[in-house]
Amino acid sequence: MKKKILWTIIGWLVGLIWIVPFVGVLMTATRPLDELLGGCWRVEPFHPTLNNLVGAWNHPTASLKQGMMNSLIVTIPATFLPLIIATMAGYGFSRYRFRTKKLLFALVVITLALPQQTIAIPIFQLMNWLNLVDTYFGLILVHTAWGIPWITFFMRNFFTTIPRAMEETARIDGASDITTFFRIVLPMALPAIGSAFALQFTWVWSDFFLALILIYSPEKLLATQRIPLMRGVYHVDWGLLSSAAIIVMIVPILVYLLLQRYYIKGMIGWSLK
Amino acid sequence: MKNNSRYVLFFILPAILMLLIFVVYPVARTVILSFLDSDGQFVGFKNYSKVISSREVFDPAGFSRGFPLGALVHNLLWIAIHLPLTIILGLSLSVLLKNVKGGSFIKSIIFLGMVMPMIVGGVMINFIFDRNLGIVNGVLSLFGVQGKTWTAHPDTALLSLIFGSVWLWTGFSVVLYSAGLETIPKDYYEAAQLDGASSWKIFTKITVPLLRPITVVVTTMTLLWELKVFDIVYVATMGGPGGASNVLALQMYTYAFRAFDFNRSAVVAVILTLSTLAVSLSLVRSVRDEQP
Repeated sequence: MKKKILWTIIGWLVGLIWIVPFVGVLMTATRPLDELLGGCWRVEPFHPTLNNLVGAWNHPTASLKQGMMNSLIVTIPATFLPLIIATMAGYGFSRYRFRTKKLLFALVVITLALPQQTIAIPIFQLMNWLNLVDTYFGLILVHTAWGIPWITFFMRNFFTTIPRAMEETARIDGASDITTFFRIVLPMALPAIGSAFALQFTWVWSDFFLALILIYSPEKLLATQRIPLMRGVYHVDWGLLSSAAIIVMIVPILVYLLLQRYYIKGMIGWSLK
Repeated sequence: MKNNSRYVLFFILPAILMLLIFVVYPVARTVILSFLDSDGQFVGFKNYSKVISSREVFDPAGFSRGFPLGALVHNLLWIAIHLPLTIILGLSLSVLLKNVKGGSFIKSIIFLGMVMPMIVGGVMINFIFDRNLGIVNGVLSLFGVQGKTWTAHPDTALLSLIFGSVWLWTGFSVVLYSAGLETIPKDYYEAAQLDGASSWKIFTKITVPLLRPITVVVTTMTLLWELKVFDIVYVATMGGPGGASNVLALQMYTYAFRAFDFNRSAVVAVILTLSTLAVSLSLVRSVRDEQP
């Protein structure tokens, strides 16, 4: 029994280590700078203020209001497009036999693990050639292609686990494969699609590298790109920077909290197959 | 299993086309670029020897002088410190928190590090190691030690980033190991307890071996993450001071978009790609074995 209490205390201490930086950032964001210089954990004096958060939201050169809007404009299509395309592909790989199947599936699996740096230069040149540099359409295309391998892999593994009886019945009733897919298969796949949605949304929202190489106009910069700009030139304005950090991380944390079950399932399925 | 080419095309063609245009072609082009000079002439492995002998990538003098050691060595160091800590913390915390009241709440907090954008993660690392506000110095000052901004000094910049990234990434291994623990039948533990096995013995003889498949996955994914690390370094130190925390992914970016040397940049990209492919080969193999 004593041992149990000891372990519980250790467990909570570990939790404390993990939560302290979050509390610190929150304390820093919500207090004036001169109260922080002795350390954000000093609560004397304590004058909470929203000035930092408002300042980051309406920042003169890197407004987060605009950044968050831009990020949403990119993230929503860059989540749904690969979801649709890759769910179809995952279904194709799980249900049909064709000659190049092994080769094409190997391609999907290999591209799954590539670093974004591998495609960076040619993507920049290709987009330049297509006149799509510094456009959201170009960035959405790249995000879509980049999301396809892992979602295809994930959905294909999901489809191999669900029985085909329903689809067979639909076919006997004369439905085409395409109708069957949209009417019967998609609704059954919603939980898996939910997981893929949660992860793809979070990853596109969190992306920094692809945006960095493709988007450069100050007014078009995404939320993640504006964070390094909040730093200040001569000294770090911690109030502003920590406010920006909180604002930008709120969106993926909300997705995680709202879709926690799907999120974790996706995380586990994504790596454990 | 059916064979109907019309439907196959409908289902997989859009995905394959997108992959070919925006992933496969760029990869091939990067490989080609790495063998050309800036005029497009084939130069063999000249770019490779130039990159590998450059101080930014590999700096043997650093071993006697101190940081920087070169991006390649920094990545290896990242792996050498971050990977074992990820495995050990993931294993021990998932077992510990399984039996602790409020454990799942603590796990959610640990997992927050994984949920936030890594660019925010970099800011958090800056914050943790800051001279005035930082938590590390807050703890040190309790012992009367005068701290510094740990990420701003060559000898501690990289290590700060690595330890900070452990804080960010541990949530991943904790979640996976926790899921793995759920799959171990309770009877195993009960039987072992009846036989009078100690907790430590149960942990090393039952838990750890049965979680081996999870360890393989955690190792693979963590290695890939360590090789690709970019955002954290970009925002927290920009690879500095003086290259002391430079990594391969950042070096690729610097060559391409700061120095506009696409060929040398392509070499770094190819080195990165080959490393990640080597790591993920085990994954490909397991998929191929399972294919009919």
